[in-house]
Amino acid sequence: MTVKYMLLIFNRPGFVEELTEAERDALFADVDTIMKELNESGEWVGGEALADPSTTKTVRERGGQPAVTDGPFLEAKEHFAGYLTVDCESEERAVEIAKRWPDVRYGGHMEVRALMNDSGTEM
Amino acid sequence: VSTSPGPDGAAVEDLLRTLAPQVLGVLARRHGAFDACEDAVQEALLAAAVQWPGDGVPDNPRGWLLTVATRRLTDQWRSERARRDREIAVFAEEPEPAPDRPGDRDDTLTLLLLCCHPALSPPSQVALTLRAVGGLTTAQIAHAFLVPEATMAQRVSRAKQKIKQAGARFAMPPPDERDERLRAVLHVLYLIFNEGYTASSGPDLQRTDLTAEAIRIARALLGLLPGDGEVAGLLALMLLTDARRAARTGPGGLLIPLTDQDRTLWNGAAIEEGTALITDALTWSPPGPYQVQAAIAAVHAEAARPEDTDWPQILALYRLLSHLSPNPMVTLNEAVALAMVDGPSAGLDLLRSLDDDTRMSGHHRLAAVRAHLLEMAGSWKSARDEYRDAARRTTSLPERRYLESRAARLNGEDDGRS
Repeated sequence: MTVKYMLLIFNRPGFVEELTEAERDALFADVDTIMKELNESGEWVGGEALADPSTTKTVRERGGQPAVTDGPFLEAKEHFAGYLTVDCESEERAVEIAKRWPDVRYGGHMEVRALMNDSGTEM
Repeated sequence: VSTSPGPDGAAVEDLLRTLAPQVLGVLARRHGAFDACEDAVQEALLAAAVQWPGDGVPDNPRGWLLTVATRRLTDQWRSERARRDREIAVFAEEPEPAPDRPGDRDDTLTLLLLCCHPALSPPSQVALTLRAVGGLTTAQIAHAFLVPEATMAQRVSRAKQKIKQAGARFAMPPPDERDERLRAVLHVLYLIFNEGYTASSGPDLQRTDLTAEAIRIARALLGLLPGDGEVAGLLALMLLTDARRAARTGPGGLLIPLTDQDRTLWNGAAIEEGTALITDALTWSPPGPYQVQAAIAAVHAEAARPEDTDWPQILALYRLLSHLSPNPMVTLNEAVALAMVDGPSAGLDLLRSLDDDTRMSGHHRLAAVRAHLLEMAGSWKSARDEYRDAARRTTSLPERRYLESRAARLNGEDDGRS
């Protein structure tokens, strides 16, 4: 009936700092508008924004032991900046929300991924 | 107030679920404002759920709920009126009160039709039906659908706003609309049932309550409309499907297909009731989609062993269903039945008719059925590829696990067909 989708937000670190104040206001206003709409429609499930990628700790195995390094494993032009989870009636609706997310206008991109669920039908 | 020891929570909950639509019906007829009445009844139900298990059930529980809900309603109106008074000093005219004749009618049908109003989306219809007719709390519904309570509360309040905007009232729709509106109610009950039934493999038992709730409401609906064959068909379908619940999953929630289920675990009483219902309905009602699906479930249920299944009859029933409600999911099932009757290549031929169907192309169910028929045909390599494809496409964890295990069983097998 409804499917949960995670909308993953990718953008260039620091791009917000380069915007004019008017652009910044417009960006946050867009986010507010979408959040308000998702709350009112009963589609909002949750979401989080992530801290700057420079604050990352990366854990990888080295010499048979987990080793911790500061910073992301790869310096990337784009990073995973946060996500929102929505519960909607169609994939089209989830994509429509992603298309309106303002980061897309500033060179970022969104990934729309369905969440796995525990329900199943025997075949 | 009764002096007997406090009833347990489950008994109180059952009673509240039965009384919820009755109390809301009386209130909505008397005051008209469905939105506010529904909120008031919900508050009264919450108060009862807290007080009754400790204090005992009052002698007249329906009257108690009605009194508390009415008090909430007048409190709310008084505060709204005071606010409006300050703002514009104009009172909205109070709706004409309808006479209350307690016990002389059942408002459940009117309520169901209103909750499943065509202006609402299916998720909103489901949420409102469970709250207003089922007497479930918003928290329970949110838990069952795995969304935050605030999200579910919003769905309920938006549903009520839409009903208001559509100008719908708490009254039976005109006779020429009733049949279509009733189909929407049946669809909503079916959605609620399925949500609970498919969840029974998961860890969350509360979701399976939805199955019982859908059956309970369908039973009440059949009591009100004993001459509607589709209502009987839907109830029979639910009973016959739910009868397999204990057999459909193995350890760790692993899905077990119909042919591999331990049929001694099927619920004989539910099968008997469902079979009797559908057998009877088909003697006097023109067949509809729920009746035909129930008949198919009954044919499966009467086979003590999978090899005893009357596949020609199942095939005939799927053909009738395709005719009554053409739908690619029905074609998938028809292809399986056809393969059992005429062999896998006949089934695979029928599946090809779905390749260009935009509703099905890329759907995991099409790949899963094709895999099954290819395996029957001994084309193990192609079958394995299709199982893997289906496993990648499903968003269900139990289905993915099942499909991956089917693919793994065919690993390293050479095609049986030369």
